[in-house]
Amino acid sequence: MSQKAEFEAFLKKMEDMVAFAKAQFGFPILIDPRTGIVMWYDQRELKVKFIISVDKVRKFFEALREGKLLATKCKSTGRILFPPQVDCPDDPKSEVEWIELPTEGELITWTIINVKPYSFSHYPDYIVGIARLPAVNINVLAWVKCKDPSKLKQGMKVKITIEKREPEGYLTYQIVPVEEC
Amino acid sequence: MGNAGGWSSEALVPVVVNEYSGLTGKGAFRVEAACATGSAAVKAAADAVAAGVADIALAVGVEKMNESPTPIVVEFIGRAGNYFWEFENFGLTFPGYYALYATYYMQKYGVKEEDLCEVAVKNHYYGSLNPKAQFQRRITVEECMKSRYIAWPLKLYDCSPITDGAAAVILASEELATKITDSPVWIEAIGVSTGTANLSKREDYDGLKAARIAAQEAYKRAKLDPENIVKQIDVADVHDCFTIAEIMAYEDLGFAKRGEGVKLIREKQTYVGGLIPVNVDGGLKAKGHPIGATGVSMAVEMTKQLLGKAESGRQVTVKNGRGLAHNVGGTGHYCYVTIYSLSKPKG
Repeated sequence: MSQKAEFEAFLKKMEDMVAFAKAQFGFPILIDPRTGIVMWYDQRELKVKFIISVDKVRKFFEALREGKLLATKCKSTGRILFPPQVDCPDDPKSEVEWIELPTEGELITWTIINVKPYSFSHYPDYIVGIARLPAVNINVLAWVKCKDPSKLKQGMKVKITIEKREPEGYLTYQIVPVEEC
Repeated sequence: MGNAGGWSSEALVPVVVNEYSGLTGKGAFRVEAACATGSAAVKAAADAVAAGVADIALAVGVEKMNESPTPIVVEFIGRAGNYFWEFENFGLTFPGYYALYATYYMQKYGVKEEDLCEVAVKNHYYGSLNPKAQFQRRITVEECMKSRYIAWPLKLYDCSPITDGAAAVILASEELATKITDSPVWIEAIGVSTGTANLSKREDYDGLKAARIAAQEAYKRAKLDPENIVKQIDVADVHDCFTIAEIMAYEDLGFAKRGEGVKLIREKQTYVGGLIPVNVDGGLKAKGHPIGATGVSMAVEMTKQLLGKAESGRQVTVKNGRGLAHNVGGTGHYCYVTIYSLSKPKG
């Protein structure tokens, strides 16, 4: 059972108990079996979904569709910025140019997300890592594609590739070890 | 008022607390610095008193994390990084961010999961001696090693829990303080810093640069020798949201050299009677980590320790009259290092 299914089963059980409590005693009140604390089960629900402006970095997404990972570069200082931003932190007067990042890197660190946030609870355990791209001295944080995490090693060669993230069905980037993993 | 919120129902916490405690009419505001929120509240109150705009100020930290079920709390804390580039696409969790540091540190310095568990064993031990700690039970390395993975290589016993809690301290001018009490504790210095929002922009993953900057600033302001800090303080509360965080804190604060923090815990040098007792209140790990309250509870603990009022078995010997609180927000996104002292600061 996915963590999402487990959580939804837990909430359903809670709702059933609350329905019983309301019918029996007149209130959505439960007693925590662990602590004995009396709790009001909130009858209002807040659903939050953000709509985030990515207007200034739209080039990033246009390039991602063509299989390229872009960063920005400050024209005056030469500093490369990834994730991309269109203002230079060291020289506010400088303009930025868009550059394509090399795909070759090495793995610096990684973790396996075993206990997932609710909005990721439909996935099996996933690996998140940070890869360094030595040619530009930039780090990229992304999912690491590897079936056997015990094969992962600090410094191992990796490539940054573009993948379609399912089931959501949108393009993003990932870290893929060069050797079979 | 230090309160991170999000997971709890009440929106205007400062006015609700004021009304409940009979303080309606007094000025109030909420501050937020992720897990360092409590220290930010203490700093806001201390700054107001130091600037002379207030004679007395109350710093309260409060958090009710249990109002939301665990997967939702995991969701909220996971978003405490660089939202779009870390969470939206890659679903990092708070244990996950620190696990990235743990993997790096363990690979670089040959540290084992058992070493991390030693931190949990110590902090649970002191939790058992602190009646206000969330966890009262001592654990063994074996129990810790058997616990399930939360974000590999971090296991359940490497992680601080989801906690409801509150703490409060009163800060007052010298003139007023001497009228209220004959044993005031002074804030000698506060060092503050921030780190990059996005973890991929960090220079290294075996320590928190924000903590190193905050510590240096605090030591400079308190006129302490940064090379010999353990000889100038008696006790420290450090931000052990995860076991790896306590080991990195030893190094960031200068208690140990880079890569050698693990030796302190292996040799039990951070127990009472050791080189420098750390988290002898149980730390975040066993005392609990109610986000906005944690930094204020550190101020309470340093006060208790310096005044010799801690429970038997966890009271340190006070020789230098000085304690240190290290409170990190996020994964080194914010850091506050506060030096508490029995003596009035020099100059």
